[in-house]
Amino acid sequence: MASVSIEQLHVRLGQVDILKDMDLQVSDGEFLVLLGPSGCGKSTLLHSIAGLLDVHDGAILIDGKDVTWTDPKDRSIGMVFQSYALYPTMSVERNMSFGLRINGTPRAEIDKRVQRAAAMLHLTPLLGRKPAQLSGGQRQRVAIGRALVRDAGVFLFDEPLSNLDAKLRHELRRELKQLHLELGTTMIYVTHDQTEAMTLASRIAVMLEGRIQQIGTPGEVYDRPVNRFVAGFLGSPSMNFLEGSLAQEGERLHWRSPALTVDVTDYAFAATAPAARKAVLGLRPEHIALIDAGQPADGRATVSLVEPMGANVVLWLALGGESIAVHTESHTPHRRGDTLGVRADVRRVSLFDAGSGARL
Amino acid sequence: MAAAASARPAAGAAASRPRLRPRKPWSTPARLGIYAFLLISAVFFLLPLYVMLVTSLKTMDEIRLGAIFALPGSPRLDAWVQAWSSACTGLECRGIQVGFWNSVKIVVPSTVASIFVGALNGYALAFWRSRWAGWLFGVLLMGAFIPYQVFLYPLVRGLALFGLFGSLPGIVLIHTVFGMPVMTLLFRNYYAAVPQELFKAARIDGGGFWRIFFQLMLPMSTPILIVAVILQATNIWNDFILGLVFAGRENLPMTVQLNNVINSTTGERLYNVNMAATILTSMVPLLIYLVSGRWFVRGIAAGAVKG
Repeated sequence: MASVSIEQLHVRLGQVDILKDMDLQVSDGEFLVLLGPSGCGKSTLLHSIAGLLDVHDGAILIDGKDVTWTDPKDRSIGMVFQSYALYPTMSVERNMSFGLRINGTPRAEIDKRVQRAAAMLHLTPLLGRKPAQLSGGQRQRVAIGRALVRDAGVFLFDEPLSNLDAKLRHELRRELKQLHLELGTTMIYVTHDQTEAMTLASRIAVMLEGRIQQIGTPGEVYDRPVNRFVAGFLGSPSMNFLEGSLAQEGERLHWRSPALTVDVTDYAFAATAPAARKAVLGLRPEHIALIDAGQPADGRATVSLVEPMGANVVLWLALGGESIAVHTESHTPHRRGDTLGVRADVRRVSLFDAGSGARL
Repeated sequence: MAAAASARPAAGAAASRPRLRPRKPWSTPARLGIYAFLLISAVFFLLPLYVMLVTSLKTMDEIRLGAIFALPGSPRLDAWVQAWSSACTGLECRGIQVGFWNSVKIVVPSTVASIFVGALNGYALAFWRSRWAGWLFGVLLMGAFIPYQVFLYPLVRGLALFGLFGSLPGIVLIHTVFGMPVMTLLFRNYYAAVPQELFKAARIDGGGFWRIFFQLMLPMSTPILIVAVILQATNIWNDFILGLVFAGRENLPMTVQLNNVINSTTGERLYNVNMAATILTSMVPLLIYLVSGRWFVRGIAAGAVKG
């Protein structure tokens, strides 16, 4: 087990700065997820930690030791790749023991560790097989097993589930979480899948263009996104953004757009409550209440599309000129063309600066 | 009635028996044309081989009759025995077998060495990207396009300087050097198709330059190794000029010996012996192609490696 610190890390590939002035602390036993769209530098960061990429400037510390220029094998890391990267000519057992055989671990110890990892990952009956004789899910479990037997201080995962089909992805995701609970090892996990990030992470770092936009527990990042990018990246369907402006009206502060008026007097502003200005209202689909047409509401909307998801239903409403998504229970029947009142849950809304997109 | 009968079977027939695709007639004019062309080509290319074979089985008396397409009256293997063990190559009369064993002594180490160097170069260029890798590779490739003749004289002087000129190690070194550009290209392209993540995983597992090469990359290279062996073994076997110049009097390869057998005539030209010696010399590349043609295609086709 080990902590990881990244200090002022600067990575460039060719002439392009991929990461600049990156600072990151991962504490012992944490499950940190690096989340972001492709090209945001999350994989670059992971590969720098692994020592597979030369850094341009800055330092990487694992368990307090400066490993910036250390060989990958001496960093006490195990890594799992998206394409599994199993050695095709070796059996599962030899794949898992390759690293241990290289560093001269005694045979008995190798067998013990491989058996233990195989048992954890339900691979025992497959130890004699070649990678080509395994299914995708089994291959990725072998890759995880290969990282496990190294007894590393930090496990690095580079989009390990992206090549699997949806069902297997969910299964392995749960297994990974279980594994983290059992081992308690520090894990750094790169993904572009927000569901994986939300379910696995003890902390999520949302990245864009080589910078960490926000880092925090899944709850923090989801409920109080620091900007429009983070807000839009997490959640499915993503947060609804509505253009409007803030206006002080007597005691109350209102956010107004042509089709919706929300009383935001109780909103927890990051700084002091601003005076009249343009602002973007961010509303998550599950934080919008639907009200019968006759009752008083924040605004009125027409159902334009119904997406049944099984456990719930996503309604797409036309609100003024905008289209917004709303989560509802599946047993409340709505049909295309129905007119409904909507009310925002003021404690859960987000307000963003119309220009910079930063949270107000 | 007719309408009903023709409408119903559409469903019934499809369910009861699988619909057979109508068999194409084999005797369309286009097909006949293709077969005729193939047949003529085959005859054209096989005719010299046929003439050589029958001539080698004839006695000189029969050959003097001049009917080169005629089958031998009583096939005899005397010419073959003579070609192998007692034909004269210049002053010596020990047959072409001397050249055969010389060629084996040249081909085996040269093939192994050139493939090893090529694989190593290809591996280093594909995975251990050094700053000059692209530039080096370009220079190496240029080597594949420069005619041998340009190198001959400087190489003769160079090898003489190290005392390797006219020796077995000398000719092996020459073949290794000349095989390097194509072998490097072959292996670099093969390894370029191997996922980088595989290499990275091996790095994390602690593999160094040599271990990753020997334990991971080489075992994965069987298809391309087969291609390389075929290419190098036949190329080096067929080589004439390099063997003539660099191998030295004691190690002249079979191709050079064959030339000597044919050119050193005292009195009558022994066509049957010459033909037998020629077939014997071309036997090795011929066998390599016949035995490994299937593997060759498979190796060339197996570009990508599935993880």
